[in-house]
Amino acid sequence: MSARTRRWVLVGLEIGVTALIIAGVWLYSERAVSYVVAPVPDIAARFRETFLFAQFGSDVLPSLLRFALGFVIACIVGVGVGLLLGRSLVLRLLTTPIVSFLRSTPAVALLPLAIVLIGIGTPMSVFIIAFVCCWPILLNTTDGVVELDPTLRATVESYGITGLDRLRLVILPAISPRVLAGMRTSISLALLLLVVSEMIGNSNGIGNFIFQAQQTFAIADMWAGIVLLGVLGYLVNTAFGAVERRLLRWHVSERRA
Amino acid sequence: MEGSDALARAPAQPGPVVSPSGGSNVRARRGRPFAERRGAAFALGTLGVLLVFALAELVSRANIVSPQDIPPASRIVGELVSQLGTSEFWSQVGATLLGWAVGLGIATAGGIAFGVLLGSSVYVRAALRPTVEFLRPVPSVALIPLAILVWGQDLGSKVFLVVVGALWPIVIQSMYGVSQVDDVARDTARSYGLGASERLRFLVLPSALPFIATGLRIASATALIVGVTAEVVIGNKGLGNGIALAQAGGNVELMYALILTTGVLGIAIHMLFSAFERPLLRWHTSQRGTE
Repeated sequence: MSARTRRWVLVGLEIGVTALIIAGVWLYSERAVSYVVAPVPDIAARFRETFLFAQFGSDVLPSLLRFALGFVIACIVGVGVGLLLGRSLVLRLLTTPIVSFLRSTPAVALLPLAIVLIGIGTPMSVFIIAFVCCWPILLNTTDGVVELDPTLRATVESYGITGLDRLRLVILPAISPRVLAGMRTSISLALLLLVVSEMIGNSNGIGNFIFQAQQTFAIADMWAGIVLLGVLGYLVNTAFGAVERRLLRWHVSERRA
Repeated sequence: MEGSDALARAPAQPGPVVSPSGGSNVRARRGRPFAERRGAAFALGTLGVLLVFALAELVSRANIVSPQDIPPASRIVGELVSQLGTSEFWSQVGATLLGWAVGLGIATAGGIAFGVLLGSSVYVRAALRPTVEFLRPVPSVALIPLAILVWGQDLGSKVFLVVVGALWPIVIQSMYGVSQVDDVARDTARSYGLGASERLRFLVLPSALPFIATGLRIASATALIVGVTAEVVIGNKGLGNGIALAQAGGNVELMYALILTTGVLGIAIHMLFSAFERPLLRWHTSQRGTE
């Protein structure tokens, strides 16, 4: 098989099998006698009616806001504290057990605590997302600084690059692959916490929407919400991937060479 | 691999290892700052924990924060100790571990099988890529309502969510591991007349094992997170449910004690799976390093 034919076969399989799977799910959903399945056209219709754009402002926008705020705070705190810990061995040793404990605590166990401390609503969601998501970023930033190439350190020192210049031009670019890897881990955690904190600690948002739909047996609504979360997860991951590729262009090309 | 590499960090950096030529090492170390000496990691780590406990005790006793929000650390530890003697506590721990183990077991078996299938053939990979790419980012907790409808508060709803959450890291890592098998080794095995099942057993799985181990470690943490989530939200029996009930009942000390317990479980699982992964990875990297 020539390389050309092979490519066509692969593309054909990709489109063909995916179409078959969609058709299969569609047919099954129309025929199934089950109280948890709704026909695909109904789900699509509910999706259009609710999220494009009748309840966009009341449910989708608050979720996006909570997600973005929590994640950005986690990034700032994680990178900031991570840089600090990376520079001081004493601080690092002092905090190691506590950080690994907080990192290993299953995130949602802290949710009832956050509700006690802050109460129900957007600040609680933002807090829990930021609190849980900062650990992977912090740990990766610290490791990045610790593992900095000694030659790089020496070079920077002998060229007299200090302060903000050193941070901006040398340290941050050098550790960016690790930091971005930490952020990637945090993204899925942030989505999880967003959904759960809306299910049990908010009166709006996509998580709340799905939960309410299930409680009232609005099955098509429930599936529409699940599909929306899938689409959001896909978009967020794709967008992050694009940012990552752009920032690490030098790094990836270097590895490929 | 970028992400999983970063996740493969050792939990703590131990002090410098004493080399066989210990004498000269000791001399070299004299005069170093305290933090670089052996035992400093343990001493400072303990000090850090004590400081946090002291702080929590202080802000609560001094009424800077209401004891209803953050009770004194000593009362939390006391509550935890008294819980250790109750059967209710241990049955909650058992229920959490049961859901975790069953879910992770199913996800491991299914995930490796699916990952090996995807990794072995570019055609299968192409055919299923769009479906996998769409399903993977769906947060497992989005399926909580579905799980409630089908299983209610039975073990099934928790196990289902754990499987969905833990499956993908194992699938992706297995797929990656299998597709990384050395071409020369593959051709060699084929020309020596190894059949498909022998190649799988003696070549593909051993080569992919370090990757699968990394996937398992990530999945083991995810499984615990999702399991506890199910307990908090759905009300399956377990520590998560205990935490939610303690919060609803205003028993703040019990809530903190149970949260501490989930943290201990999380650390124990992390250490267990890291210990299992490290020798496998060491074999792998040293192998690559010599070439």
